[in-house]
Amino acid sequence: MVEIETLHSPKDFKSDQEVRWCPGCGDHAILSSIMRALSALNIPKEKFAFISGIGCSSRFPYYIDTYGFHSIHGRAAAIASGVKVANPDLSVWEITGDGDALAIGGNHFIHAVRRNIDINIILFNNEIYGLTKGQYSPTSAKGLVTKTSPYGTIEEPFQPGELVVGAKGKFFARTLDSNIKLSTEIYMEAARHDGTSVVEVLQNCIIFNDGIHAAISDKAHRDDRTIILRQGEPMMFGKNSDKGLVLDGLKLKVVKLANGISEKDLLVHDAEENNPGMHTMLANMRYPGFPVALGVIRAVSAPTYDMAVSGQIAKVKKSSEIKCVDDLLRSGSTWEAK
Amino acid sequence: MRNSDNVIEREEMVIRFSGDSGDGMQLTGTLFSNTSALFGNDISTFPDYPAEIRAPQGTVGGISGFQVHVGHSEIFTPGDLADVLVAMNPAAIKANSKLIRQGGTIIIDEDNFTEKNITKAGYTSDPVKEDKLEDYNIIAAPISTLVKEALKDFGLDPKTVMRTKNMFALGIVYWLFDRELKYTRSFIEKKFSLRPEIIRANMEVLNAGYNYGETIEALTPTYRVSPAKIDKGTYRNINGNTSTAWGLLAAAEKANLELFIGSYPITPATGILEELAARKDLGVKSFQAEDEIAGICTAIGASFAGRLAVTTTSGPGLALKAEALGLAVMTELPLVVINVQRGGPSTGLPTKTEQSDLMQALYGRNGESPVVVIAASTPSNCFKFAFEAARIAVEHMVPVILLTDGFLANGTEPWRIPSMADLPDINPPLAIEGDTDYIPYKRDEKLLNRKWAIPGTRGFEHRIGGLEKTINGTVSYVPENHEYMVKIRAEKVARVVTKVPDMKVYGAGEGDILVIGWGGTYGHLLTAVREIIDDGLIEVGFAHFNYINPLPSNTAKVFSCFKMLLVAELNSGQFVNYLRMNFQEFNFQQINKVQGLPFTVAEIKDKCYKIVEI
Ligand code: SF4
Repeated sequence: MVEIETLHSPKDFKSDQEVRWCPGCGDHAILSSIMRALSALNIPKEKFAFISGIGCSSRFPYYIDTYGFHSIHGRAAAIASGVKVANPDLSVWEITGDGDALAIGGNHFIHAVRRNIDINIILFNNEIYGLTKGQYSPTSAKGLVTKTSPYGTIEEPFQPGELVVGAKGKFFARTLDSNIKLSTEIYMEAARHDGTSVVEVLQNCIIFNDGIHAAISDKAHRDDRTIILRQGEPMMFGKNSDKGLVLDGLKLKVVKLANGISEKDLLVHDAEENNPGMHTMLANMRYPGFPVALGVIRAVSAPTYDMAVSGQIAKVKKSSEIKCVDDLLRSGSTWEAK
Repeated sequence: MRNSDNVIEREEMVIRFSGDSGDGMQLTGTLFSNTSALFGNDISTFPDYPAEIRAPQGTVGGISGFQVHVGHSEIFTPGDLADVLVAMNPAAIKANSKLIRQGGTIIIDEDNFTEKNITKAGYTSDPVKEDKLEDYNIIAAPISTLVKEALKDFGLDPKTVMRTKNMFALGIVYWLFDRELKYTRSFIEKKFSLRPEIIRANMEVLNAGYNYGETIEALTPTYRVSPAKIDKGTYRNINGNTSTAWGLLAAAEKANLELFIGSYPITPATGILEELAARKDLGVKSFQAEDEIAGICTAIGASFAGRLAVTTTSGPGLALKAEALGLAVMTELPLVVINVQRGGPSTGLPTKTEQSDLMQALYGRNGESPVVVIAASTPSNCFKFAFEAARIAVEHMVPVILLTDGFLANGTEPWRIPSMADLPDINPPLAIEGDTDYIPYKRDEKLLNRKWAIPGTRGFEHRIGGLEKTINGTVSYVPENHEYMVKIRAEKVARVVTKVPDMKVYGAGEGDILVIGWGGTYGHLLTAVREIIDDGLIEVGFAHFNYINPLPSNTAKVFSCFKMLLVAELNSGQFVNYLRMNFQEFNFQQINKVQGLPFTVAEIKDKCYKIVEI
């Protein structure tokens, strides 16, 4: 890769605050991937706004030297929406967690996605409440034993990808906290996509849910248990690139590249397809039956809300006779008293 | 002008249109009031309707009313009692029989006084007899029959025909007050511009109603309420919600900031969101949020991004916004929150007026969370106080709650249109590129406000948030720092008083009794006080508060000039208790009403006379 001169290096984004996440927490790696992505995006630092809610992940804005807003629980999507609609020139990022975005902030999350406001939502998914010290979250696997589910949870978890598609989302990607190279690429793709981009980061909470993603993130198994989807490329995975995905009827199936099955028999990834059927199936793949999909799963271009707002204003301004408040005050039925 | 012996000259008159919620009474009332305003009368209106869009027909609960007070002299209220009642059915009599002036005129649709409707309204026989209204001037017109007759050659379906009944009633009222039909015609022509047959039908029926009046002229007097002597200028009729929306627009223009409104529809505040959504021509960004919380949060986001940010709501919505409002207090961002109060608690009385959110506005948040609270007091001065709310928010970097209410929101009055050149400039304390280092919570020595560094400004990247922090914005749990920050945030709000005008007392500057009010009760209290002054029996003054937190600095001085202090409000005593807390040296008396209705002038007068024992 050719190093190009950028406006800011990743470390220019380091703030003067001491990073207070637990040593070994996945959040550290996410911070460093995002700093790399911001540097590579080559946008002046003052144009970034990072908005977060409440939770471990939401401390993020303090640690990054851009405009930042650490807000209240669940509301980051609404605040970020306001920032972006108010000033579409900014690169607006929302940092959130599974509890913040999908429990208390579920309503704002789905509506931000539905409106397709151009914000980048980075959802740290550790399947647990960390800051309140270990209660189950809306993404905790059914049966998980936590402090508030001593006999195991009895709730069906959300799959963030499925929720995004259900909310008419246009961009969904997934990455692993520890995979800095892939993560950096994905954050950049998310930033460059016009519209709401949701990136689910499988994040390890070393204190309250350690190893929750270990089955797929361990170096030894990673390549066999995840698949990195890339636009236009066959859906192939495995340490030896010896496995792939095909359609069997209406369902996905894992095949071995042997016995006459070759690369060209595999499905080819098309993130830009508007029909979300395949994207939903890919996002829903779970180990052990399937590899977990990483990469940009869905990236469909569509008009954004913030641009539509500006467009409508420009159009109405052109045709209306009311150009200033004085015009408005004198419009319609008025009369003179002499 | 009519030249007849049968014309009675009047200083002022009150007309109440009353019928089923589907009878078009709100439109009829609006048309009559606009016609009267254009004619030159001073007016005040009061729409009073049920929450249900089509409440059960023929029942008292389904009655929709619209009261108009027209005057040759100055008018401050929609009036206590109606001189003329239009009653489209028996239930309309039932709902209003105690609200008609002794001997007033009642126009009824005779055809609707069937046995079934009479029973539905809760009568057993003729409502006029049962309610002892025989001595009143009853104009019993077979409106339904006459409308059918008038439109028999129009080829319209019966439902459409019956929908024009309100125009017949309006025609009679126009005749009764000798009013021109011009404004109504142009309104109808505009409203139904795509349906010429509907225009013709409505006009036909309106004329038929007017002519019906002519034919009965010999039997009944008509009225003349001459134009009011009002200050020179250009006028328009305006309701409180529109006037609020326009005040915000004016503030945005004066502050040179884009206006952003994040709101969720809620009665009776929705009109502000609707008006601003239509003002794309003035660059307004309106965001209809997924809920009340998102309404305020998008506004907070827009404020962070450097816009004049507003969220509008009514009581239950303010409750939902409480946590986010605390965030705006903590981050010291400018924000205007408008609460158009309605009857509570819970869903309460959505379409009725009340002043019961004062305590919620002042204290309804976790922690020590002071905000500026101001209140508008007439439909037209909602403009002034919306402007003022925005000015204070932006210049002092503080959230401001503006309280209006359902009575102001929907009520209308003539308004002398101001010129933008006459309004003060608004100066946001923006951090400008090139300034020295930006410290997020460093304060102006006088106002204690912080500077507003807008994302996109180079060199001022900083973080704010809901956690307690030092002046650098660094999170801090140091006990002394927290106490210091709590105090300084409160002191910042207190110092808004430096820009608050002194309280001016109306009437006597000292004397027997000071009538004290706040917000939307202004017109009724003022009228009562004027009448007491005219009676000349006691020395009365009137102090009406628009600034609630902080209170004007001369408040205690004003109070000390009167023997008795009477606080009047439409709740169980929220302002009076706030005053008791702030001014323990005084003894306050109170008059309260919690019926979802405004005070009547008579109630206030009676109370005043009672406590001074006259
Ligand atoms: S509690 Fe878990 S998620 Fe929170 S900082 Fe510690 S390791 Fe990270």
